[in-house]
Order: sequence, then C-alpha cells, then structure tokens
Amino acid sequence: MASPMRIRATEKDGEVDVKVLMRHIMETGQRKGGDGKPIPAWYIETVDAQVGGITVFLAQLGPAVSKDPFLHFKLNKGVNKGDELTITWKDNKGESRTDTTEIK
Amino acid sequence: MNEQRRTLMQLTALVGLMASSGLMTTAEAAAWNEAAFKAKTIDDVVKVFGASGMPERSDAVNLRAPDIAENGAVVPVGVETTLNATQMAILVEKNPSALAAMFELSEGAAPFASTRVKMGQTSDIYALVKADGKWFMASKEVKVTLGGCGG
Repeated sequence: MASPMRIRATEKDGEVDVKVLMRHIMETGQRKGGDGKPIPAWYIETVDAQVGGITVFLAQLGPAVSKDPFLHFKLNKGVNKGDELTITWKDNKGESRTDTTEIK
Repeated sequence: MNEQRRTLMQLTALVGLMASSGLMTTAEAAAWNEAAFKAKTIDDVVKVFGASGMPERSDAVNLRAPDIAENGAVVPVGVETTLNATQMAILVEKNPSALAAMFELSEGAAPFASTRVKMGQTSDIYALVKADGKWFMASKEVKVTLGGCGG
C-alpha cells in the first residue's frame, strides 16, 4: 500500500497554486544492487489531477524524476475555493494511489 | 459465395481498423508516452513529439534551474511560458534517457510546472513548450557537483 500524498492547494487572486509531494522510490533501473545485479526500474508514470471529474493537469514522469516526486502547478480557470482536487498517480508496476484535498 | 466472403472480410478489416484507430486516440490521451521516455537523445525525443527539426528558441519560454546543483539526485527545475501552451517537457541532455517529465495542460491549467529531477553529470537542461501546434524551447547548463544516477 502506497503512502499518502501531501497536497496543498491554495487559491489567491483567482489562481490556484498546487503543490504535491508523492512518496515513491523512483528507482531508475540504472543502479546495481549489492549482488551486482541491476535493480529493476520502479517509478511513477502518470500523475492525473482532476477537479469535478475532469482532468485539469496531467504529468508524465520518467525515472529521471527525483525520489519522492514533487510537483508544482497552477490552475487559473474554472476552479474555485472549496472545490475538491483529486490526484492519482500510477507507477510502472501498476500500483496507484489517489488522494483528495479541498482547495483553500 | 466467394465474392460475398471477400466483401465480408474487407468490411471486417475496415471496421477493425476504425476501432483500433479510435481506440488509439483515447488511449493516447492518458497513456504514458513510452517512445518519448525511452528515447536516448534530445533529437530522438523531439522526433517522437512530431516536431520538424529542433524547436525554435524562444524568450517566451522561461526555464528555471540552478546554475550549480550540489546534489544531482534532487535538482529543482521549472518551466513557465507566456505562450498558449498545451504541452511542456523537461529534458536533461546527458541523462541515459533525455526526457525527464512532460506535462499536459488542459483547459484550466496555467502554463507553469515545476518538479525535481536527477542528473548524472553536468549537462544542459531543455524546456520544451508546444503552443499553437509548434514547439519552442529554452536551455540552460546546470553544473553538478555530485551525480544522482550512480550506485
């Protein structure tokens, strides 16, 4: 079970500032373990941000994104204080995690 | 009899083709762009993006990255533009695969995105922005003191 994300979404002057911190190893597949065998890649592939069931921002990540990925983006149209922002990530092993926060 | 069968087969093939092409457009929207992320060099990524040649450099594309990154495992990189962007991407030239992250902006998202990436060594970072069907770019060299991709 993946750890919860930390999401902060704050509205100011009609623009919503969203910061997301996900917990994930983001293994590149380039490293070798103690036994000399390569450690298989394991990373988040997509991060989908939705408001009212509609995707407003979509990120595709590669293994080059740092461990415990941080994402910062802004929404400036059709999003208001009190709306629920739902973020879902999926990784290359098919695991996923969804968290929801209220825009403050 | 034979002719009927042939017509039927042609019809089936046509319907199948339509279904598969229809499916592809829906899948494309949400699916991870494997070809782009597996591409080694910036040129290859740009080709996957369907740009004709290297994107034009633009002052409207603002790439935020440090001059020197002490820790290559965590390098903050941001892209911002005044263009009417629909897609943005961050690439690290000397990483094993150049593309680090790409962002799709739908109605409601401002043309801004920031994240943290790993860098194996000192390299140029590129920000690509697609606006009105055309790609634009900006780049900046980031010096890495300690690589972030080694074991």
